[in-house]
Amino acid sequence: MPKVNLNRVSMPRQEPSVRARNFDEVALGYSREQALEEASRCIQCPKRLCIQGCPVGVDIPDFIKALREGEIQEAVRLLKSKNALPGICGRVCPQESQCESTCTLGKKGAPVAIGRLERFVADWERTNKTSQAPKSKPAPTGKRVAVVGSGPAGLTAAADLAKAGHSVTMFEALHVAGGVLMYGIPEFRLPKEIVQGEVDYVASLGVDIKLNSVVGKIVTVDELLKDGYQAVFLGTGAGLPTFLGIAGENLNGIYSANEFLTRVNLMKAYRFPEYETPVKVGKRVAVIGGGNVAMDSARCALRLGADKVYIVYRRSEAEMPARHEEVENAKEEGIVFKLLTNPKRFIGDKQNWVTGMECYEMELGEPDESGRRRAIVKEGSEFIIDIDVAIVALGTTPNPLISSTTKGLESTKHGTLRMSDEAAGKTAKSLVWAGGDVVTGSATVISAMGAGKRAAADIDAYLKG
Amino acid sequence: MYKILEKKDLVPTIHLFKIRAPSVAKKAQAGQFVVIRIDEKGERIPLTFADWNDEEGSVVLVVQEAGATTSRLAQLQAGDSIADFIGPLGVPTHIDNYGTVICIAGGVGAAPIAPIARSLKKAGNRIISILGARSKALLFWEDRLKNLSDRLIVTTDDGTYGRKGVVTEPLKELLASGEKIGRVIAIGPAIMMKYCALTTQPFGVKTIVSLNPIMVDGTGMCGCCRVSVGGVTKFACVDGPDFDGHQVDWDLLFARQRTYLDEEKTSLKQWQSACASHT
Repeated sequence: MPKVNLNRVSMPRQEPSVRARNFDEVALGYSREQALEEASRCIQCPKRLCIQGCPVGVDIPDFIKALREGEIQEAVRLLKSKNALPGICGRVCPQESQCESTCTLGKKGAPVAIGRLERFVADWERTNKTSQAPKSKPAPTGKRVAVVGSGPAGLTAAADLAKAGHSVTMFEALHVAGGVLMYGIPEFRLPKEIVQGEVDYVASLGVDIKLNSVVGKIVTVDELLKDGYQAVFLGTGAGLPTFLGIAGENLNGIYSANEFLTRVNLMKAYRFPEYETPVKVGKRVAVIGGGNVAMDSARCALRLGADKVYIVYRRSEAEMPARHEEVENAKEEGIVFKLLTNPKRFIGDKQNWVTGMECYEMELGEPDESGRRRAIVKEGSEFIIDIDVAIVALGTTPNPLISSTTKGLESTKHGTLRMSDEAAGKTAKSLVWAGGDVVTGSATVISAMGAGKRAAADIDAYLKG
Repeated sequence: MYKILEKKDLVPTIHLFKIRAPSVAKKAQAGQFVVIRIDEKGERIPLTFADWNDEEGSVVLVVQEAGATTSRLAQLQAGDSIADFIGPLGVPTHIDNYGTVICIAGGVGAAPIAPIARSLKKAGNRIISILGARSKALLFWEDRLKNLSDRLIVTTDDGTYGRKGVVTEPLKELLASGEKIGRVIAIGPAIMMKYCALTTQPFGVKTIVSLNPIMVDGTGMCGCCRVSVGGVTKFACVDGPDFDGHQVDWDLLFARQRTYLDEEKTSLKQWQSACASHT
């Protein structure tokens, strides 16, 4: 058997000093040669544990084999039969804790770069314009399903239900579809053109996408059920920002990460004044939080021209929930990590502008309910960081609009929907399914897609049963 | 796309738009608002309902030119369309029989006050309206408010029509007259709402104001519209826009409204140069 390369093919990336000043994609994608070389590393092992590591069960070894043999169109078909949004997943999935973590090759060396291969295949389809709606249109079932939310959960559920022959209408509150894919994840990690392409693909399956439609305001879930929808799927995400609740938080220049990213990504404030929505960056920005959203916010602030950008996180690097790859990217770009640091209060001037953030030094104690070591304040350790802008990226919870306007739909104390059968995506209310962040709290794109898939299957079974 | 069915220049810088939006018209209630975006590069801005017609499937907005978005909007005519129209947003004005209600409209505030006065009248209230403008040339909807009210007092700052002075003067007189006032609703520039609230406070009459902070999404996902009411942070887009005027931290509202003054100037200048280069 030929010797397998224990190292993976490197992903070409923009140089840190260059990319820190533009919004172009950081990871440039494999060339055809690089993709074929990496695909050859897959030993097509009989265990195929990678498939179990994938929340939507992509036939990984099969699409990689087709790719290796140059049958890229076939690789596309195999990939898309399980995953409707491969161009997105290939870029933002934490493969290192999913498919790649169970890769057999990973025991000896670097696991196969499954995510990079997925991205290559998806991009190939897009650039070669071979994307096709399925050749045969499924027989219409005459059943109508309302999908609320056009983020990853909703898009996946809508696609699967449309492919099963149901008439699907998707309601989106914003003026573009995609949810966090559009407003949250920055252009340099996930180009919006790709997201729009995936949305267009879902629309090509026959899904009617109604933008600017806030369910709970323009129509309630009960009205949807009365108006002829036989089932409703809620994929409304976790869009409510969490603030610190400390003094000075309403000073000018203090943003929730949602607001900051929405201005920058959705409203394209990085192209102000051509795009008219502004955003403030100033010279010194502090981003409070340690997850992917905090990394995204910090890296956007840097690109918008801040001289110094800090990540302020109360625990140490080991506890940071952000993807390791994104933490490394942030460090390379020059973002300063102030770990074991937690804000006490914000300081402002007479015009209500933030000028500083008083922080405590922290130390780690015993693990808390999340299993991570508790962050404990070091009394008397206060110090001040001078800042012009602060971005609070502590996480989000579901917007209460749907549960507060729908009889029989309950929320847990975290604001997530109470489920009667979480595996099947059934809420406590009859004919209403749900999946993604609205059920789990903020998690990943792929887990939302998995939930959308499972709920669509359950809805399909119910409608056909 | 949302078609402009009718466009009327009410007074210099204040324009009425009747826009086709059947689903929104069906659900609209007084005190609520919409967020609009003119086109791909425009900002999302909130505008309170001035009127709506469920049968016709239309919504009426009255817009005062202030910055780039409203100036660009002012150029549009019937037959043109705007890209996005999201609503109805916010909590509707609470309507009950309070007895006698004083409705105060400052400047462009006359537009959102009209449907509120109409709903309150329908609920059996006696309506005393105070309509204030800087001068006669900027006064609009006097007849509409007269028809919706049991009594209408008009003020102009410069005395070119009605009573010379600001709205707080007749307000104070009404409260001091001994007439039992159940509630006051005041909508207009933030500074005017503040002074209305300060005027009613010693009389202990509940005063509802419609706050107008900067907004982006309007559905509660960003927190841009944070206001402080009774020492508690609220989102004006989902908790409001109506709030108890006596509890509002007005200085905070004014300060936060100034966040993008520089950028607003830049955008407006850009628009004005674009106009100049086309003439």
